[in-house]
Amino acid sequence: MAELLEMKNITKVYPNGIVANYKVDFSLKEGEIHAVVGENGAGKSTLMKILFGMHTPEEGEIFLREEKIDILSSSKAIEKGIGMVHQHFMLVPSLTVAENIVLGAEPKKSIFFDKEEAIRITEELSSKYNFKIDPRSLVKDIPVGLKQKVEILKALLRGAKILILDEPTAVLTPQETGELFKELRVLKDKGHTIIFISHKLKEVKALCDRLTVMRNGRNVGVHNVSDVTEEDISRLMVGRDVILTVEKGKPNPKETLLQVKNISQRNQFGQWMLNNASFSLKAGEILGVAGVEGNGQRELVELLTGLLPLTKGEITIKGNIINNYSIKEIRELKVSHIPSDRMTYGIAEKMSIENNLFTDKYDTEPYSKKGILNIKHIKKRSQEQVKEYKIKCNSPLQEVKMLSGGNIQKVVVAREFSSDPQLLIADQPTRGIDVGSTEFIRKKIVQLRDQDTGVLLISADLNEVMELSDRLIVLYNGEIVAYFNDVEKLTEEELGLYMLGLKKQDDELIRGAVHEK
Amino acid sequence: MDKFIEIIFSVSFGYAVLRVTTPLLFASMGALISDKAGVINIALEGIMLIAALTGVIVSAFTQSAFLGLMAAVLAGSLTGAAMAYASLNLKTDIILSGVAVNLIGAGGTVFALYLVAHDKGISSSLRSLVLPKVALPIISQIPVISDIFSGHNILTYVAILSVVLVYILVYKTPVGLQIRAVGENSHAADSVGVSVIKIKYTALILSGAFAGFAGAYMSMGYVSWFSKNMTVGRGFIALAAEAMGGGTPLGTTIACFVFGAAEALSNSLQSLRVPTEFVQMIPYVVTVVGLALYSSRKASQIKKHLRNRG
Repeated sequence: MAELLEMKNITKVYPNGIVANYKVDFSLKEGEIHAVVGENGAGKSTLMKILFGMHTPEEGEIFLREEKIDILSSSKAIEKGIGMVHQHFMLVPSLTVAENIVLGAEPKKSIFFDKEEAIRITEELSSKYNFKIDPRSLVKDIPVGLKQKVEILKALLRGAKILILDEPTAVLTPQETGELFKELRVLKDKGHTIIFISHKLKEVKALCDRLTVMRNGRNVGVHNVSDVTEEDISRLMVGRDVILTVEKGKPNPKETLLQVKNISQRNQFGQWMLNNASFSLKAGEILGVAGVEGNGQRELVELLTGLLPLTKGEITIKGNIINNYSIKEIRELKVSHIPSDRMTYGIAEKMSIENNLFTDKYDTEPYSKKGILNIKHIKKRSQEQVKEYKIKCNSPLQEVKMLSGGNIQKVVVAREFSSDPQLLIADQPTRGIDVGSTEFIRKKIVQLRDQDTGVLLISADLNEVMELSDRLIVLYNGEIVAYFNDVEKLTEEELGLYMLGLKKQDDELIRGAVHEK
Repeated sequence: MDKFIEIIFSVSFGYAVLRVTTPLLFASMGALISDKAGVINIALEGIMLIAALTGVIVSAFTQSAFLGLMAAVLAGSLTGAAMAYASLNLKTDIILSGVAVNLIGAGGTVFALYLVAHDKGISSSLRSLVLPKVALPIISQIPVISDIFSGHNILTYVAILSVVLVYILVYKTPVGLQIRAVGENSHAADSVGVSVIKIKYTALILSGAFAGFAGAYMSMGYVSWFSKNMTVGRGFIALAAEAMGGGTPLGTTIACFVFGAAEALSNSLQSLRVPTEFVQMIPYVVTVVGLALYSSRKASQIKKHLRNRG
């Protein structure tokens, strides 16, 4: 069978130097449901955004029915029959379902908007594809699952023959997921071709015909879903490529710093993102939290740092129950936080490096005295830190956002480490940064551990958690599904099975994550 | 006290309410359209002044009130377009552009007035015209009702009509649908090929045109001259009315009438022996109180909404 669509030799380098796609080939057969799987940052979304005209690749060609096409914008993609359903919906909440669907191509009766015709179009479309949806309800009143259907119908109305779904089940309940799959199969029967981006292997197995595995921006294999097991896929997804080793001695754990007891948290859609998690951490050790992103790590970090109020369970830091502590009060317990989203939570991008280096201690001596900043001391410290952390810049007065990702992260790390923390919460500390900075930051983390700081290391990077952690827990679907006392003996294949939810330890083993009962 | 009640329930008070509400209605419709498209037009005040002076000058030189009105509306639209160009093409802050237009309106009109009329305060040396008053058919035959509703300046009726037109435009036409979509989620509109810039331009130009009508009414209907800062904050009261009316044409109209009544009251009370400074304060106090009530109600609604969710 001829290929419907082919992407050849696609290379995409982002302005900050990250190679998101490298010589990727991708092809689609007409009428299939094709999964694109891979870890976060593997380049799946980038590849699909190129196909939908949101990014332009540095190199590579796209062929539709053996004819070369250039997709320079999303409207061009739509014109070619390619539609995309984004993770973040593009809907207008106060308009009705029908109005959202026809927006941009409104039916008219003389000069007026023809509401009845819009409703009729929506009804015709939804009955054709067997979607159950009320065209008259307001988008803000309908659940997420229905909003997603509105998005799919929008794409179909505009003539999409190829439909890209970016992690469509991430926001759905199991029931909604089941319904979505039924509808996608109907679409397939009607001759549509679907690209399904996911890292949920069970769903891929249940729904898809073929799959492309992405790793580190490369296509590492195309398979028929029926030929491979979930275990095979997981091995393909999480294999290690570059191995950065960090010299690190045996840990020397001291007193217990952090105790987390049965904490749970829902997200805005009411799903349990964190379910009854318990663990503890001692001074002088690194506890790794492994897992594919979106399995409760974000909630865990936000609860620990005070960004989210804790409603279920209990968190104790150095004997203080911090459930009702503010962010500042938690920081005053000598807790440091390297946030995963450095541009939002890590830095103030328009301020200078110097100013960013003391945003957590501007109100303490010797940085300020009686409400007046001690500029002399700040200047001296910032120069020292730029040197110590090897921040590449023209001067400490440079705007932070002008730096490369790795150097921005070093600014964050310098600030957080220089406050002499007893507990460090490092959330994806080296994501998306260059090898040199990565190595530097990892060394610093180990150094801190050797000075008796307790480190909680949350990372989706297998290499990182396995290299750095002394102990390790795995989060899947908001639950701790595994605990490892001895990380050195662990293989990445085994870890992959837990991360992707294919295996779960029994409760007795998992309870090992807590030091004292 | 008797005198007070007498004033409020007099026929002339009813007439006065309509008369002073007219510019508020026009300006608040301008506020509504731009707000719906997500571009806040705080320059209504300045645009009204520019339009008021333009109307006076053009009607004086052409001796046509109609041309004066057209020129005023055109001046308003062009100012709206200039703001759109500054904020959408040159990427200035829309609030700051609005402040600039208000300052130009306040100072520039005095400057232009001096050039044309050789006076820094009032345009009485120009022989400008006013727009005609209209006696309504049928209604003008009914006693009492006639005294309140008939015999107003033609723009008063246009103002009431414009509420209906704005309602139809925003809620019943494809452009209105696009305006609401752009104002609420411009990414969503953009993703389906709606030109966000075009829609915002349309909204700001229409908004300027409505402020132009309001300005023309001030100098060619409400009074028959232009004077320095003659709008005295009506452009801002219109913004408040739009916010208090919850952004709907009907709600905004009701809010305009509340503010209009307060102003009419302050005008009438000046005949009593109440200090003028106090009386003149009334419309603005009502605006502040109204806005405070509105926002506290909204805040409690949001709180309730959050509690229900949690």
